[in-house]
Amino acid sequence: MQAGSAKSSQTLSAESANIVELKNISKSFPGVIANRDISLQVARATIHAIVGENGAGKSTLMKILYGLHQPDSGTISVNGYVTQFKSPSEAIAAGVGMVHQHFMLADNLTVLENIILGSEPTKIGVLSLGDARKQVKEIATSIGVEIDLDLPISELGVGQRQRVEILKVLFRGAEILVLDEPTAVLVPQEVDELFTNLRKLVATGTTIIFISHKLDEVLAVSDEITVIRQGSTVATVLPKSVDRLKLAEMMVGSDLPSHGKRTTKVGATIQLAAHNLTVLGKDNKNPVQNVSFNVAEGEIVGIAGVDGNGQFELCEALLGLVASQGTIEISGTDVSKLSIRERLKKGLAYIPFDRQREGLMLGASLWENSLLGHEQQLSRGPMIDLAAAKNSCREIIERFGVTTPNELVPAFVLSGGNQQKLVVGRNLATAPKILIAAHPTRGIDVGAQAAVWEEIRRSRDAGMSVLLVSADLEEVLGLSDRILVMFDGEIAAELDPKSATPQILGKYMTGTR
Amino acid sequence: MSTKPASQRNFDALQKSLVTFGSSLSAIAFALVICGLLLLVTGKDPFAAYGKILETGLSGDKLLEMLKRATPLIFSATAVAIGFKMNLFNIGVEGQYLFAALIAAEMGTRVSLPRPLHILFILIVAMIAGAAWASIAALLKIHRGINEVISTIMLNYIALSVIQWMFETFFRDDSDGGLNVKTTEIAPSGRMPDLVDDRLNGMLIVALLIVILYWFVIFRSRFGFQLRASGLNPIAARTAGIPANRMVLIAMILSGAIAGLVAMPAVIGDVYAYGPSAIATQFGFAGIAVALLGRNHPVGIVGAALLFGFLDSTSAELQLSGIPSSIVKVIQAIIVLVVVIVNEASSRRFNRRTAERAALALKSLDTQ
Repeated sequence: MQAGSAKSSQTLSAESANIVELKNISKSFPGVIANRDISLQVARATIHAIVGENGAGKSTLMKILYGLHQPDSGTISVNGYVTQFKSPSEAIAAGVGMVHQHFMLADNLTVLENIILGSEPTKIGVLSLGDARKQVKEIATSIGVEIDLDLPISELGVGQRQRVEILKVLFRGAEILVLDEPTAVLVPQEVDELFTNLRKLVATGTTIIFISHKLDEVLAVSDEITVIRQGSTVATVLPKSVDRLKLAEMMVGSDLPSHGKRTTKVGATIQLAAHNLTVLGKDNKNPVQNVSFNVAEGEIVGIAGVDGNGQFELCEALLGLVASQGTIEISGTDVSKLSIRERLKKGLAYIPFDRQREGLMLGASLWENSLLGHEQQLSRGPMIDLAAAKNSCREIIERFGVTTPNELVPAFVLSGGNQQKLVVGRNLATAPKILIAAHPTRGIDVGAQAAVWEEIRRSRDAGMSVLLVSADLEEVLGLSDRILVMFDGEIAAELDPKSATPQILGKYMTGTR
Repeated sequence: MSTKPASQRNFDALQKSLVTFGSSLSAIAFALVICGLLLLVTGKDPFAAYGKILETGLSGDKLLEMLKRATPLIFSATAVAIGFKMNLFNIGVEGQYLFAALIAAEMGTRVSLPRPLHILFILIVAMIAGAAWASIAALLKIHRGINEVISTIMLNYIALSVIQWMFETFFRDDSDGGLNVKTTEIAPSGRMPDLVDDRLNGMLIVALLIVILYWFVIFRSRFGFQLRASGLNPIAARTAGIPANRMVLIAMILSGAIAGLVAMPAVIGDVYAYGPSAIATQFGFAGIAVALLGRNHPVGIVGAALLFGFLDSTSAELQLSGIPSSIVKVIQAIIVLVVVIVNEASSRRFNRRTAERAALALKSLDTQ
């Protein structure tokens, strides 16, 4: 934790009042720029929030600070020393600790064992649990965490597990704590508890870098806020000097595409319906509990919710990827016993949550990617019709403005936005009856976002039913004809987008109303 | 959005194959250097050894021997490659082909058909038997989630025992007073004609047909596309409605069916029966190496099988001239290792260059 222990610390930076300074950091991945000339100063013993949309580059920046990525250019100073972390262990040695969004704990070990795992205190080679216990207790008391050190992790709730992660990082001597979207998995009371702990932690001299896209929380807890948009820093502001709206504008930019009023009418026939849909969970909690809704012809029904409240499982159940109870109807026929393929044949299309994991074959060419799921239509007898498949890919490239040299390059050379356009295009090209679109514009730039929205609207006007799952409130409010809010696996509210505001939505999404 | 002219695209494809071919050749050269060092360390003259290999291998006789030895390897490698194309590891070709050899040899004696039909009948029985044995692993994977690597390896041992039991109990031909350790001989109508008398039989043609069929099915058919998609990204394939379990079952059945042909050059072309010591073993494992070396590509598989056949054909001569014949196995193993490493490195480099070139192409589009 001492600055000198970092191998690469050599030059003393001029201003050392700031404990962390990132200067002109740039980092690009093939085809995408994740960070562009980002600078960031974090003062000692403060909570510094970094806000930005999904895909704005927050996580990449923090991964650079934590040594998981190396920047292409720019410098990092910690404690006044210019450093270069080649790995997380070097970052830890310099006092930088990170709590990831997804916990990395061993379920069948106890809290204490998890905390010391990897840096076990030993006396002549023998584990000395006593010392560790005392030390962990001290840290826990100092930040107001009460936790039974002998419980196995599997018996803890999400909030407590996160506390264990924080203790684990502190036990390693971190004086700079990076929290990646720490509240995404917490319920409101847990969020309050976490913030109390963080405040106490700051009082002991620790510095906290807090990544979030939830503006209310950021305004409530942080001392300073840095806004990131499309890989670059927009500004660093004090919470006093901004409000939620101002912050949102900075986050999405003033060139936010406007949502045109729809001129077509919602049809009368119901094309997609779910009745008492339940997805059984592994433990007592069901990820989807008794959800019913229907989507009419030419209607966009938005499902708003904080990630992890059952939207993912709902989509998987509708598509047939997971087993569910209750009924699912497409155009009045029960499809809940049908296979995925049969449901797709009935006119269902799905834009998955994670385009790379669920949508693309990164090593395969674009035309093979656009062929996926449409092999039946694009073959002649048992053989693939190569000319037709490539042709259809060229049409998608043309119509959806995918930026690519040709249809033969592998999918991994495309930027994230263009990959998404290809996935969206593949699903819209065949004019499906029903589209389930999960985060259709997550992590793509504003231009691509507008293009995707426009295509969804056009298909809607042609009579397509859309179930739009999104955590982006602007998107949900701007596109939907009706909004359902999902919280904790259930539909918490049905709202009219004309009268709903992000504030009202936010309350239902967090279960505070 | 302008697209490249067709000639440019063909050039790109050609360049990629050249890169692949070049990296494989350099890997082989590198492997020969390592083996040379090994020979040197053990006090043998590597130049003499390689000279001997070339000298014996390139004589007309040995070239026929090479083709003969390559035939079962082509079958075996193709069987393995089908699985590899969807990330399914069929390590059980060994058991599948031995099982198929016994069943086909025995069934071949129980029918009387005119020549082409009799041969066809035996080949089909072999394919069914191989597929049946392979499908056990597929069913275990689908219904019980058992990793096919484990189950196919285990099934190899089970196959050996089952074959021994069946052979000893039911199929052994005792008409010779117990001296015969084979099944009854297949009638002449069920024997594959020779291409070159007593040196090479027609199964080579069948093997080449199978490889062409493999290329067509994997790279041109809808099923092949679904198979490759399941290998490239199983989650995306499933999301797109490709039934994962069915793909596993069909891929395994096809793999097993081709595996069933591995011993056929011997069974209907050479021995005309099954016998525990008359039918060579280990082709199943060699096939994995050949498929790896050939990168699961039809041309690569044939090339790799010929190379392995060539090396194998020289081993007896090497032994006679005082060079340990096991050096051939060492060379084969090192070639496979080096090729796998070099291929991985060169494909990474190729991917990076593809990404850079695409970015460049886009930049030039922007400025237009």
